[in-house]
Amino acid sequence: MISKVIIIGSGPAGLTAALYAGRANLNPIVFEGDQPGGQLTITTDVENYPGFPEGVLGPELMDLFRKQAVRFGAECYFKYVSKVEIHEKPFKVWVGDKQYETDTIIISTGASARLLGLESENKLMGHGVSTCATCDGFFYKEKHVIIVGGGDSAMEEAIFLTKFAKRVSVIHRRDELRASKIMQERVFNNPKIDIVWNAVMVDIEGTQVDGVKAVILRDTLSLETRKFACDGVFLAIGHNPNTSVFRGMLEMDKQGYIIIKNGSTKTSVEGVFAAGDVADHVYRQAITAAGSGCMAAIDVEHYLQS
Amino acid sequence: MKNTIEFNDSNFDKEVIESDIPVLVDFWAEWCGPCKIIGPVVEEIAGEYSGKVKVGKVDVDHNPNTAMKFGIRSIPSLLVFDRGSVAEQVVGAVPKKNITDVLDRVLNSK
Repeated sequence: MISKVIIIGSGPAGLTAALYAGRANLNPIVFEGDQPGGQLTITTDVENYPGFPEGVLGPELMDLFRKQAVRFGAECYFKYVSKVEIHEKPFKVWVGDKQYETDTIIISTGASARLLGLESENKLMGHGVSTCATCDGFFYKEKHVIIVGGGDSAMEEAIFLTKFAKRVSVIHRRDELRASKIMQERVFNNPKIDIVWNAVMVDIEGTQVDGVKAVILRDTLSLETRKFACDGVFLAIGHNPNTSVFRGMLEMDKQGYIIIKNGSTKTSVEGVFAAGDVADHVYRQAITAAGSGCMAAIDVEHYLQS
Repeated sequence: MKNTIEFNDSNFDKEVIESDIPVLVDFWAEWCGPCKIIGPVVEEIAGEYSGKVKVGKVDVDHNPNTAMKFGIRSIPSLLVFDRGSVAEQVVGAVPKKNITDVLDRVLNSK
């Protein structure tokens, strides 16, 4: 059987596309990936999604999105797409050994936390190294943790971590933060937070059993390295688009974001559409992702009619 | 029907460490988004592996000692215990197959 549309990814973009495609009787299939609900599922309060004047919890919001899409016939599977073929119609999508055929694809795979690429970082992930302060902050009560990064999410996480940790050190590679003024002020005024300027983390010391003991920091000016004791490492150094499955098949920019045609969600391959953070490194908001998900479903409808 | 058992600081040794069959333990908390994703998957696995693997959950909020004892620093963390010690560990909300692969490995090592 050939599906009309397969949606890959289940954040605000994917689930909004599913809602609209469902209402258009396209019987969308959603492969949710390894993080159903997307990045919002590891946040706490979402205060900037319109319609929720008191704010809403990220995981709850995504649960509502999903229910609404399912109500109109979307089929959502907690499965990961491992391979696609889009050079001829119908397109093919693989989930493990199972192959699906479809007339159109909406790519809404989003972006994932960027890592530094250190061997020690990989070894200690989940054992003292984390990309999710809201998930793991709890385990650092009265501890000293560091957060690597200088943007709004780094500041947000630093502030969140002070609920548990006795001290939070922000490690930043420049001498000023990229974060918005309001977030900077909150951080500067928080007595539990200190900032280590002009420093990059080059190694992490610890074991999977005992966790992190220290990190090695290199001063970006003097290039000298030093040991900095801490109990946990949180990374907030930006995101990478989840596009490895599509590499070489679609036009992407240097960072791997999918390039879409102005004012639409059309990619360089007819019948393949992209929505949300996977094609947007500028706005990256739940509401913009949802908006583009809606556009993608409408683009699919038009494409199938023509 | 619920197939998972609630493990806690007081029954952990008896239910997990002294178990005759392997035990899959899901360390979780109410406030953890990814834990909500993995919860139903663990429940499914509990049904499918019934009789072969005991499956249960530890709420880290209410059972800090057990979480600390096994060095849990990230949730969800899934630990597989075999004959009283940790045989395998999976961190994060991973697809079901990653978990069943780990369980099959432990079962086949016998």
